[in-house]
Amino acid sequence: MMNPKTQNKVAIGTLYGVAGLVVLILLALLGYILVSGLPQLSWHFLTAPAKAFLKGGGVGVQLYNSFYLLILAMLISFPIALGAAIYLYEYAKDNWVTTTIRTAIEILSSLPSVVVGLFGFLFFVVKLRLGFSILSGAFALTFFNLPLLTRSIEDSLRTIDTTQREGGLALGLSRWETVTRVILPAAVPSILTGVILSAGRVFGEAAALIYTAGQSAPALDFTDWNPFNISSPLNPMRPAETLAVHIWKINSEGIMPDAKAISSGSSAVLVLAILLFNFAARYLGKRLYKRLTSA
Amino acid sequence: MSKEILTTQDLHLYYGDKEALKGINLNFDAKGITALIGPSGCGKSTYLRTLNRMNDLIPNVTITGTIKFKGQDLYAPSADTVQIRKEIGMVFQQPNPFPFSIYDNVIYGLRIAGEKDKEKLDAVVEKSLRQAAVWDEVKDHLHESALALSGGQQQRVCIARVLAVSPEIILLDEPTSALDPVSSSQIETTLLNLRHDYTVITVTHNLQQASRIADRTAFFMNGELVEVDQTKNIFMNPAEKQTEDYISGRFG
Ligand SMILES: Nc1ncnc2c1ncn2[C@@H]1O[C@H](COP(=O)(O)OP(=O)(O)O)[C@@H](O)[C@H]1O
Ligand SMILES: [Mg+2]
Repeated sequence: MMNPKTQNKVAIGTLYGVAGLVVLILLALLGYILVSGLPQLSWHFLTAPAKAFLKGGGVGVQLYNSFYLLILAMLISFPIALGAAIYLYEYAKDNWVTTTIRTAIEILSSLPSVVVGLFGFLFFVVKLRLGFSILSGAFALTFFNLPLLTRSIEDSLRTIDTTQREGGLALGLSRWETVTRVILPAAVPSILTGVILSAGRVFGEAAALIYTAGQSAPALDFTDWNPFNISSPLNPMRPAETLAVHIWKINSEGIMPDAKAISSGSSAVLVLAILLFNFAARYLGKRLYKRLTSA
Repeated sequence: MSKEILTTQDLHLYYGDKEALKGINLNFDAKGITALIGPSGCGKSTYLRTLNRMNDLIPNVTITGTIKFKGQDLYAPSADTVQIRKEIGMVFQQPNPFPFSIYDNVIYGLRIAGEKDKEKLDAVVEKSLRQAAVWDEVKDHLHESALALSGGQQQRVCIARVLAVSPEIILLDEPTSALDPVSSSQIETTLLNLRHDYTVITVTHNLQQASRIADRTAFFMNGELVEVDQTKNIFMNPAEKQTEDYISGRFG
């Protein structure tokens, strides 16, 4: 038998070792992606449309599509997730209905995104005849995002102490006023962090989009902002390959001569965007919290 | 008609099957301070929270008996809990300011009720903070976060927040038990300030505090009201043996 002190040292050493290994793997991955990808980046690469057979294409349209889809998906899923989370945490009694809803959310959140994509294909693309379109993609992303976002908002509400709710009610605020005027404002920093982090996940999602938003990126005319024109960037009914889908596609069937370089460059852009989301989440969350809680 | 503002008749409260209040009969005259004392777990908080229906928030609570506020049944089906809590405010054991500025904390109730007149709001903020005896300490940083204040200041801001909605009754549940002695005595000053204008009902674990500030003291034990009387009678000349034992520190 080791004495407790040695035991403790061994345990801590092991934990440090494991944590170090995780960090190392992460750094190696990031390093590899950035080292092979960053040299490909240029203004041209970020803005030019892709080319199918020739060298020198860019990812401008895909990049734009990724953001547009992200915003649409968030516009649809955030209000629903917020409502669901408020209902579940602030109103619902603990009974079989809420247990069922929670279980359903649990299951939804663990569905592989490929399955969400196929469901989206059968339901939105085929059944509702939305075709391969931004809209189908946004709905599929909503299904993908909703459970995670609902849970994260619910967790944010949970961090607000019960004494705050009692404080509001004891002032003669109604339940609803307490939730919207006391609890939500106090939870904003944490909710915002959750939203941005989930935006990162949505931004990098490919499998749910391959069969919904489609794998083609028709050229866009960035001077045409009439959403009913087919080449308008705002048109929600056009097919829209995103950056993540683009990477997948180039690697499986890309025939342009510089496919490898484009895939590396796209990966770097994707990783940078997601890192940016994460840092923004921390920074904004902290700042907002400070604004709300201190001088 | 008596000048009783709040009456409790044969009040029973059950948490599930457990009877926490076993038939309380206790009335309060308008104005003045009543202290509720008794060993921990005897039902003081439970009783206090029935008076503004805060126990409604706890599942599986059953309440029987009658509580009347100015003759109106608080538990009648038509009773409006939101209105009740505007007239019967509450301050908690742990100071619970909202994470906003001192100013916003104080006017929150009014602002949500739709009051927009800046001058009126300013006036209410000053008046409430003065009544709560914290104005001098915070008047120069009204727009800074209430969370930056000391515990005692936070508690007085919470009292001001309740005063700002002009209740008639103020319930306090051990408002000083989380505070240091200096802050506690400032809260006591605050309460003494209020006794002429409000009906104050405070739970306290501190017998000296009860004897210093309360006009009347009620002694609870095991979910029952043992005795209620003028504070000096309870402390100098209690009618019940149990009260005497508790006051003299023989248990609890
Ligand atoms: N939410 C609750 N659920 C079940 N039992 C409770 C609850 N709150 C209080 N009790 C019980 O009711 C009794 C009275 O509690 P309480 O009113 O908090 O006493 P006091 O404030 O005098 O210390 C105690 O036995 C306590 O365990
Ligand atoms: Mg108590």
